[in-house]
Amino acid sequence: AGPGTMSAPGAAAAGGGRSGTAAEWGGFEDNMQGGGSAVIDMENMDDTSGSSFEDMGEMHQRMKEEEEEEEGEAGAAEEEDGEFLGMKGLRGQLGRQVADQMWQVGKRQASRAFSLYANIDILRPYFDVEPVQVRARLLESMIPVKMINFPQKIAGELYGPLMLVFTLVAILLHGMKTSDTIIREGTLMGTAIGTCFGYWLGVSSFIYFLAYLCNAQITMVQMLSLLGYGLFGHCITLFVTYNIHFHSLFYIFWLGVGGLSTLRMVAVLVSRTVGHTQRLILCGTLAALHMLFLLYLHFAYHKVVEGILDTLEGPNMPPFQRVARDIPVVSNAVLNTTAKAIALTL
Amino acid sequence: FAGLADVSIAEDIPVEGEITIPVGSHSPDEDCSTLDEPVRDTIMRDLKAVGKKFVHVMYPKKSSALLRDWDLWGPLVLCVSLALMLQGGSADSKEDGGPQFAEVFVIIWFGAVVITLNSKLLGGTISFFQSLCVLGYCVLPLTVAMLVCRLVLLAGSGTVSFIIRLIVVVAMFGWSTLASTAFLADSQPPNRKALVVYPIFLFYFVISWMILTFTPQ
Repeated sequence: AGPGTMSAPGAAAAGGGRSGTAAEWGGFEDNMQGGGSAVIDMENMDDTSGSSFEDMGEMHQRMKEEEEEEEGEAGAAEEEDGEFLGMKGLRGQLGRQVADQMWQVGKRQASRAFSLYANIDILRPYFDVEPVQVRARLLESMIPVKMINFPQKIAGELYGPLMLVFTLVAILLHGMKTSDTIIREGTLMGTAIGTCFGYWLGVSSFIYFLAYLCNAQITMVQMLSLLGYGLFGHCITLFVTYNIHFHSLFYIFWLGVGGLSTLRMVAVLVSRTVGHTQRLILCGTLAALHMLFLLYLHFAYHKVVEGILDTLEGPNMPPFQRVARDIPVVSNAVLNTTAKAIALTL
Repeated sequence: FAGLADVSIAEDIPVEGEITIPVGSHSPDEDCSTLDEPVRDTIMRDLKAVGKKFVHVMYPKKSSALLRDWDLWGPLVLCVSLALMLQGGSADSKEDGGPQFAEVFVIIWFGAVVITLNSKLLGGTISFFQSLCVLGYCVLPLTVAMLVCRLVLLAGSGTVSFIIRLIVVVAMFGWSTLASTAFLADSQPPNRKALVVYPIFLFYFVISWMILTFTPQ
C-alpha cells in the first residue's frame, strides 16, 4: 500500500497547505493529530487513550467531511497545477479508494467495539460515588433507623456492595485455608466466589420478588445495594472469628453485629412496605436468610466443627462435599473429647 | 515545493517513502524490512521491551513507558510461572487441596479484568489493555516472593521459615500494590483514587495469601 497511500496524504497536504515544505509537513502533522489523515495505522487502532472508540466515530466523521472538502480542493488544485498532480492523478484515486476501504473496515470494527463499550456505560451511573460516601454508607449499614413510618432513602450504588462481596470472598478463602478445608469436587476459589455471589444475587432477586408480591417500594438495584451493604456485618464477624476460634465469641458477634445489620435492612424494608402481614413476610424472610447465611459461613468452613460433625453424624458425611482430614486415631479421640467438652460448656 | 514543480516521475517506478510522522529514530529501512529480519532480531526486540518493563516495575517511577507500549507477553509469562510454582501444594496427596494451575490463571486474569472494569466505570482514562498490562506486570514482585518461598521451604518448614516467608510476602505485596498504584492512580480523578486502589489491594492480597499458604507435599 506504499504508493497508493502515499499519494492520498500528499493530496490532503496539497489541498490543505501549499506554502513551503516545512509548513506542508507541519500541516500534514496537524491533519494527522486532528484525525484528518487518510491513513489509519491499523496497529494503533486499539486504544492508546481511554475513550478512543468514541473518538473513532468522530474521527471517521471528520475524515469523511475532510475528504469531501479535499475533493473539491483537489479539483481546484488540479486546474492550477496539473504537472504537480500528474504523478498522483491516477494514484490519487486508487489511493483514495484503498483508504476509503480501510476507513470502512475500521469504522465497522470501531462501531462494533463501541456498542460493546456502550454496554459498560449502562452501569456507569451506579459507580458514581466518592470515598467519603462509601465510608458513610458502610457505617450507616450497622445503624438501624428509627423512623419506619417514612420511606427511608436507599442509595442505588453498586460499588460498595461489589467490593464488600469480593472482600467476603477473600475472608472466606482465608477461613478455608486456615481450617484446611478440602473441597473434593471444585476448587476453593470457585466455592468461595460461588457462595458469596450466589447469596448476593440470589437472595436479592428472591427478596425483590417477594417485595413485588408484598407491594413494597423497592427497585432491584436498591435491593442489591441494601443486601450488599448488609454483608458488611458478615465481613467483620467472619474476619474476627476466623482468627479467634471461640464459639461463644462467634455467637456474641452473630447476634450483635449480624443482628444490627439485619435490623437495619429490616427497618428500611418495613418503612417501604404497607400492611402488617406483608411486612412480616418480607422482613421475616430476609432476617432468617441473612442470619442463617452467617451461621452457615461460620460452620461450613471451620476446623473445630469438623470434629463435632464427625461425632454427631458418624459415617454419614454432610452434603458439603467436604472431606475431613486424615487425622490419626489418637488425636481424633482427643479432638472429639475436647469438642464435646466445649459443646457441654456452651 | 514550487521549485520542484517541473520534476516529473515516470509512473512505472514505484514510489516509496515514510508515511508516518517521523518519531524518534525511525529510519526508512526499518519499516520496510521488519518482515525480512531474522527471527532472532524480532524475539530479541520483544524480549528487550519486556525486560525494560520489568525494570520499570521494580523501580516504579511515574513513567508512561508501561502504558504507551503495552504488551501482554510479560503478564503471560509471570502468570504461567506463578501458576506452575503454586501447583502441587496439596496437603493430601489423594485429594486436591492446593490451587490448581487453572485456578491461579483464572484468578489473575478475572481479577485483572474486574479491576479494569471497575476503574473504567469510576471514570478512568486508561484503556482496557493498558490496565491489564500494568496489573499483569506488577505481579512480578509476587512471583519473586514465590520463588523465595519455595527456596525457603526447601530448607525446612518450621516457624522460622514461616516468619521469613511472611516478611518476604508482605514486603513484595506492598511493592506490587505501590507499583501498580503508581501507574494506575494517575488516570483517575484525584478524589477517587482510594476507590480504585482498594480492589487492587484486595487482588494482590488474594495472590499473596495463596503464596503464603503454599505448602509443598
